[in-house]
Amino acid sequence: MNKENKINKRFKKSNLNKSSWKSILYSQKLAPYVFVLPFILTFLIFFIYPIIRTSIMSFQDISIGRVNFIGLNNYIRLFKDSTFYIAVRNSVTYTILTLAILIPLPLLFAWMLNSRTMIGQDVFKSLLFIPILTSVVVAGITFRFMFNSTDKALANSLVILLGGEKIQWLSRRWPAMMVMVLLCFWRWAGMNTVYFLAGLKQIPEELYEAADIDGANGWNKFRYISLPCLRPTMIYVLTISIYGGLSMITEYLMLWGGKSSPQNIGLTIVGYIYQKGINQNNMGYASCVGLILLFIVLAINLVILRTTGVFGKERD
Amino acid sequence: MKPGNQHTSKLNYNPVARVAMVIFFVVLCTIIMLPFVSMILTSFKPSDQLMRDGFNLSFSRDIMTLENYKALFTNATYFRWYANSIIITIIQVVLSLFVSAWVGYGFAFYQFKGKNFLFVCVMIIMMVPFEILMLPLYIQINSLGLVNSIWGIILPYLAYAMAIFFFVQYLKGIPKDIVDAGRVDGCSEYGIFLRLILPIMKPALAAMAILIGVFSWNNYLWPLLVLSDPAKFTLPIGLNSLVSPYGNNYQLLVAGSVMSVIPLLILFLCAQEHFIEGMTSGSVKG
Repeated sequence: MNKENKINKRFKKSNLNKSSWKSILYSQKLAPYVFVLPFILTFLIFFIYPIIRTSIMSFQDISIGRVNFIGLNNYIRLFKDSTFYIAVRNSVTYTILTLAILIPLPLLFAWMLNSRTMIGQDVFKSLLFIPILTSVVVAGITFRFMFNSTDKALANSLVILLGGEKIQWLSRRWPAMMVMVLLCFWRWAGMNTVYFLAGLKQIPEELYEAADIDGANGWNKFRYISLPCLRPTMIYVLTISIYGGLSMITEYLMLWGGKSSPQNIGLTIVGYIYQKGINQNNMGYASCVGLILLFIVLAINLVILRTTGVFGKERD
Repeated sequence: MKPGNQHTSKLNYNPVARVAMVIFFVVLCTIIMLPFVSMILTSFKPSDQLMRDGFNLSFSRDIMTLENYKALFTNATYFRWYANSIIITIIQVVLSLFVSAWVGYGFAFYQFKGKNFLFVCVMIIMMVPFEILMLPLYIQINSLGLVNSIWGIILPYLAYAMAIFFFVQYLKGIPKDIVDAGRVDGCSEYGIFLRLILPIMKPALAAMAILIGVFSWNNYLWPLLVLSDPAKFTLPIGLNSLVSPYGNNYQLLVAGSVMSVIPLLILFLCAQEHFIEGMTSGSVKG
């Protein structure tokens, strides 16, 4: 009540102009725009403007104090740049491998944890989940030292224990890729398991009971009930995995301590943007790489949205 | 296990399968814990061991030492980073939550021109990895004079698309009558949000607080670009700066890494279900 009195007093004091301005601000017509204004500003300042800026820069040669318009030269150079193709190859390989591992295995874990046969579900779920709480920096440093090239480091001591020879993990292509994928698996397996577990729990028990009556076995129940019902979860996990795969950089920076990897075996597309833009201060060329990645990401998202239509359904 | 589903005549599970599955998960979780175990063990070993042997599981009483932690606890710079991380995380969580909830309310409870278009924009932001735009954003922050400032880190994430999306979904489940009742009682549009809606949103806010908090505590790439003054570093950047070619900081590196994980780990152990729910709340509910 006190507050209302104050507002009334303020109204009396202020002149007509001010109060009408206030009534407009407080009107139901304008209010929604006031509510979404922070988003509009964020969208314009920190999304649209940077995209425009980076598009312009991709046609420029930028060095300290000097900007030259060079047309398509950056793009022409990029398409002949073998390092760029290595970065694309690495990012795509990494994304495909993480998809191939981080969807079926967590799905299997979730299926097992959700089964009536299983006990201690919550404990195992929590233990699997803990790695996602570590920063990529700590996880990357840990993996870098676990996969050290010496024979006493954890990975090599296991390899030797199993009768193999020590491996130069971070200086050969496939072992290095394996370390990156393992790091991703270590951090994300629990998270994806929880997604699938949540999806499985939403499936009504009656469906399985009906299948039981029809004499369906475990595999058929999984194939014809669980899997179709998990479709939205599956699409979500797929989308964020592609996103994470194509935008990977910190793992790369950590595993090789910020230096470039031998023969660029670990270089990713975003890693290349960083290398060109920040390390070599070649913003124009880096922008070019960024824009190409932006188009790839948007195209993939569009395909996912068109084929699944999941967001279309979400809206109504 | 619902009592109704249990058959009294026989076990409704296969005991062999149960033992096999438990063993499977015990092995799996042990493997998942190995990096932590090796990190913690190494943090108690002399730092020249780290350079020579990396992380491993060897364990002997005679070489174990508290020297690394002694060095860490007497290192003022490390605690500066720790404090910076705590401050940035708290400010980012509070501001992002408020602004995102504010925007989310606008989307969920009003019909207005351009609403659908703007909501598509929210989803587009969610689809485009920040990393793609890091260079122009960096230039942007530079020209706004926000380099080396907390605001440079926080501003781009103030209206956090994922949180907005989540809040809109959450608010859709709340009856519109509350808002109408608020209007009848003479609340202003903003008063309705602050006094009626915000308190109802507590569970959603808690979930997003965890998500944004973990994100902010662990965020590396963007703060790395914004901050160049070592006194302003956050923990992840500071820790990484210890991996220098001159290598005399390794004793701080491992002990410091262990200490950086501990706050989240303690919070997680206290509220496991909330954490798991919060961290995965970005998911589309089917």
